[in-house]
Amino acid sequence: MQIQLTVNNTVHRLDVPDSALLVEVLRGQLGLTGTHIGCDTSQCGACVVHVDGRSVKSCTMLAAQADGQEVITIEGLAAGEALHPMQDAFRNCHGLQCGFCTPGMIMSAVELVQRSPGLTEAEVRKGLEGNICRCTGYQNIVKAVLEGASGMNAPAAS
Amino acid sequence: MATEEHTGIGASVLRKEDRRFITGVGRYTDDIQISGQTYAAFARSLWARARIEKLDTQAAAAMPGVIGVLTGTDMAADGLGGLPCGWLVKSKDGSDMQQPEHPPLAHAQLNFVGDAFAIVIADTEKQAQNAARALEQSIEVTELTPIVSLEGAADSAPIHEALSSNVCYDWEIGDKAATQAGFAIADHVIEVELSNNRLIPNAMEPRAAIAEYSTGTDDITIYTTSQNPHLVRLILAAFVQLAPEHKLRVIAPDVGGGFGSKIFVYSEEVSVAWAAKKLRRPVRWTATRSEAFLTDAHGRDHLTKARLALDSKGKFLAMHVATKANLGAYLSTFASSVPTYLYGTLMAGQYATPAIYVEVQGIFTNTCPVDAYRGAGRPEATFVVERLVEVAAHQLRADPAELRRLNFIKPEQFPYETPVALVYDTGNYEASLGKALRHADYEGFKVRKEEAAHRGKLRGIGFSCYIEACGLAPSQLAMNLGAGVGLWESAEIRVNPTGSVAVFTGSHSHGQGHETTFAQVVSNTLGVPFDQVEVVHGDTGRLDFGLGTYGSRSIAVGGSALIRASEKIIAKGKRIAAHLLNASVDEIDFSDGVFSVQASNQSATFAEVAFAAYIPNNVPTDEVEPGLAEKAFYDPENFTYPAGTHICEVEVDPETGKIDIVQFIAVDDFGEVINPMIVEGQVHGGLTQGIGQALFEHGVYDESGQLVTGSYMDYCMPRADDLPSYVVDTTVTPCTHNPLGVKGCGEAGAIGAPAAVVNAVTHATGTKDISMPLHSEKVWRSLQRKRRAA
Amino acid sequence: MNRFVYSKATSPRDAVRSHGKSTKAKYLAGGQTLLPAIKQLLDAPERLIDLSGAGLEGIDVGRKTITIGAMTRHADVAASEQVREAIPGLADLAAQIGDAQVRNRGTIGGSVANSDPAADYPAALLALSAIVHTNARKILAERFFLGLFKNALKSGELITKIEFQIPTTSAYEKFPNPASRYAIVGVFAANFDQSTRIGVTGAAHSAFRWMEAEDHGRGIKNLSNVGLDQSTFNNDIYASATYRAHLLRVLTLRALGRL
Repeated sequence: MQIQLTVNNTVHRLDVPDSALLVEVLRGQLGLTGTHIGCDTSQCGACVVHVDGRSVKSCTMLAAQADGQEVITIEGLAAGEALHPMQDAFRNCHGLQCGFCTPGMIMSAVELVQRSPGLTEAEVRKGLEGNICRCTGYQNIVKAVLEGASGMNAPAAS
Repeated sequence: MATEEHTGIGASVLRKEDRRFITGVGRYTDDIQISGQTYAAFARSLWARARIEKLDTQAAAAMPGVIGVLTGTDMAADGLGGLPCGWLVKSKDGSDMQQPEHPPLAHAQLNFVGDAFAIVIADTEKQAQNAARALEQSIEVTELTPIVSLEGAADSAPIHEALSSNVCYDWEIGDKAATQAGFAIADHVIEVELSNNRLIPNAMEPRAAIAEYSTGTDDITIYTTSQNPHLVRLILAAFVQLAPEHKLRVIAPDVGGGFGSKIFVYSEEVSVAWAAKKLRRPVRWTATRSEAFLTDAHGRDHLTKARLALDSKGKFLAMHVATKANLGAYLSTFASSVPTYLYGTLMAGQYATPAIYVEVQGIFTNTCPVDAYRGAGRPEATFVVERLVEVAAHQLRADPAELRRLNFIKPEQFPYETPVALVYDTGNYEASLGKALRHADYEGFKVRKEEAAHRGKLRGIGFSCYIEACGLAPSQLAMNLGAGVGLWESAEIRVNPTGSVAVFTGSHSHGQGHETTFAQVVSNTLGVPFDQVEVVHGDTGRLDFGLGTYGSRSIAVGGSALIRASEKIIAKGKRIAAHLLNASVDEIDFSDGVFSVQASNQSATFAEVAFAAYIPNNVPTDEVEPGLAEKAFYDPENFTYPAGTHICEVEVDPETGKIDIVQFIAVDDFGEVINPMIVEGQVHGGLTQGIGQALFEHGVYDESGQLVTGSYMDYCMPRADDLPSYVVDTTVTPCTHNPLGVKGCGEAGAIGAPAAVVNAVTHATGTKDISMPLHSEKVWRSLQRKRRAA
Repeated sequence: MNRFVYSKATSPRDAVRSHGKSTKAKYLAGGQTLLPAIKQLLDAPERLIDLSGAGLEGIDVGRKTITIGAMTRHADVAASEQVREAIPGLADLAAQIGDAQVRNRGTIGGSVANSDPAADYPAALLALSAIVHTNARKILAERFFLGLFKNALKSGELITKIEFQIPTTSAYEKFPNPASRYAIVGVFAANFDQSTRIGVTGAAHSAFRWMEAEDHGRGIKNLSNVGLDQSTFNNDIYASATYRAHLLRVLTLRALGRL
């Protein structure tokens, strides 16, 4: 079927199978391989992207369901060369090791902060329930999200 | 504090590799696209044990998009060899271990749920999967009685008819008579029965492989999720005999975590490479998470009876450990060594126990093969030792910290030869215990316990004083004990004419940050700016043979090789500088990237020397060969012995059995530390896997051999809200036998944590009849039994 | 994943017509259960009818009831000030479903239609005397949940909205499965002028009202002697039926204690 997706501010008209998952179209047809697939039960969160401003698991959404909507992936988060404050924070806080869960983790974190700016550590931990990391033990991810939140909430960043 | 200014050894330098990962442009195997590629899917056994009667591939071959269906029979007809086990363990009676055949694709018998028997190649992934599912439904088999449970498997009929029993080996280490003598004079004997739960590794990137055959050159290139690409190449060439080694190139690009599970050579990469050559088309495969659960080598799975003999003062006299270790259906690549040489040898722990005797039966069952998983043998050993000590403290009414202190090997006793074949070079166990106790405010525990009681919670504190042996070594000794590969590591340093440096290491990074830490080491040693050092790893086409990453060996062995190669660069640089500065080689000093002559006060920078090496205007090439590139192969003379104390504090809700970890302290002695930020990250991750084992994770098969915990719906991965923030600190006794004084840090968390958690929970509940993982129902039932008994 | 034909309904009527009572057609709400089931070949519909364009979203607060459109996402229920004001337990419950991404997609109608024995919403429906509105009729919650993944919906029947009675107080207590985060046991307790109602999920094959406990009301301190039919209690590697029964008593007391 024909769909129109705006991905990272670029409009794409695409012919996709009805049963194609959003993640398959992003990785396969659009070559945006930063969005990863880590499980088949919608739990690991490696595939999280934003659709119309909300974080979703792109392995649990049909591309057809995103027709006419705006998708932001990890590749579209930075404004040119300048990293998004959350990306910076993940690096500064050593919030990643193998990097595989990182794109989904960052996308989840960005929406979490957008939704509730004044987060506590416990709220960050709860808010990342849908993202599994096997490397970091989450401690530096939590630290990064709190630092990223400061960056996102700072006047200069908005 | 993380920094971009200070880049030397000991600085928390931010990672070079991060930018590509945080912007989504990392390059993992599944991200690679090859023109003309096809997709593979595997047909797998639905049964734990069955004999193949008939496999008709015609219907599957005729399905839409299917290019080829290749079976185990086809593979055997092509003369491919089986998957080998790299460590020959001998039984007590001197006999070799029993090794079942392990064809990459089964052709006669299926031995666990997920055992692959055919590979389907199709135009799309879904077409391949559909045809593979059709084969699974159509294969005709005779179901055989599976042996699933470890308990009793040794005495059951052999699952492999060619073997005499399910016992792979019956191994021992230590002095049996001396141990018996210790028990004979004991004032106290402590006994525990323990199970060490089966774990499923779950690196977040599922395994994947892509193979491309070049008809013109007869070369095969394989991209795969490996911790050690040279090992893959060696096994494919020497054992599977797919192609000669020089016709194979194995590339492990960005790899999304391994934790041991990506050390091994599996059916899938072998089959994909074989199919690519046979069909002359690029073939790719990426595991689904479900396949990963079924087929990534599992970890742990022991049943143990252990006894500790003590004198009246609490001094340890002897220890006896008898373990049944589940090996699964086949011997995975290093499976045999894990419950033996990486387990039995660690039973001294941090203690001066004079006599130890360990017996281990490795046992086959119709389950996924079991092999090294983060810690590999050492977490199991630590769990035995530290549970014994904890129960001893409880029964003797001794303070658990004091009982440990009483029995520690003292700093002045190093080097210390244990009764189980290791020689610890250095350590200071009292120092890490003391520091951990201060962090934990051990004195204040009683008050905290009372306060928790007011809230209706049971509070407990638990210790784990672990030791591990890292950087498995030396090659000669290990090979005398049955190892099939060397244990050295290679490094090459190529200095470019402009003075920048490419570092090639046989070690592999899949999250550990080698591109940063190895660059720190070389930058520091050669005085080359950090951003001028590029670390290359993971490609047999670019590197010398290397042994990859496992057993926390990268910095201790791979880092030492870097130092050796750097020393050769400096030596040659001095010879070049001597010509540039009109001095003799002996007069040249090198420090901070400058070659200088004290007498004449003349100097040349590293970059100037590099330039002269390639543009040899003033350097006679008959005396000094042009170029500046050196290699080193470093074989360690001993293991390294990281050690430390972990202290866990928990609160248990007696109404539900739910456990909350309220504090976790880890004080580790890793020797010298190259990048504290990265080391802390490694500890955090290790602790989480250890806590995961203690509280959440369990690979469970039902009686028929079906995996019950085959997805994240049932296998509980630790998540952010399950965990506290850890307090991590270090003490330092530098390793005495490697040039950096380093010990390795990758596994310590996973080794120490389980016992600390379980000891804290049993301290809180006052019960000991509870096994990992400590699910809330088990804790609740344990409390119920105690209540009834009271 | 098998292939299917996707279409997007423009109204409830359009959806019902497209479905045509076919056994091979399914409504697609948030898809957070259905799509994973299709991916794992546990379900293989030939047609999916997307409801996201059918105009079924929205929260409507009346004097005695709150009505939530079938396609309202869990995140929107959780974040609704109106819901939190009127039925705080319901907002709490919605905030505990799945994870943030599941809540951004998953819908109340989808959850109720799926009738998973461990889903959270059914406990609230039972405790809050909810009425399930469909394209054809109104069904009382107590007559809706009929067993393991079984409910009163007929083939092609479409849930349009759920109408909850507003209680004086409410509370939800959940003991999640540590792996899936579904409820091992979830207890929704609500006080109305004349009565206390207790809805239970996770414990048994189907959500149910624990009427024996309701009879004792708020003040009770011990439920061990209160009747409880455990014949259809669930049993898995995380919780036996016995443990579930125990948890049910503990959580019920806790929920009642919060009323």
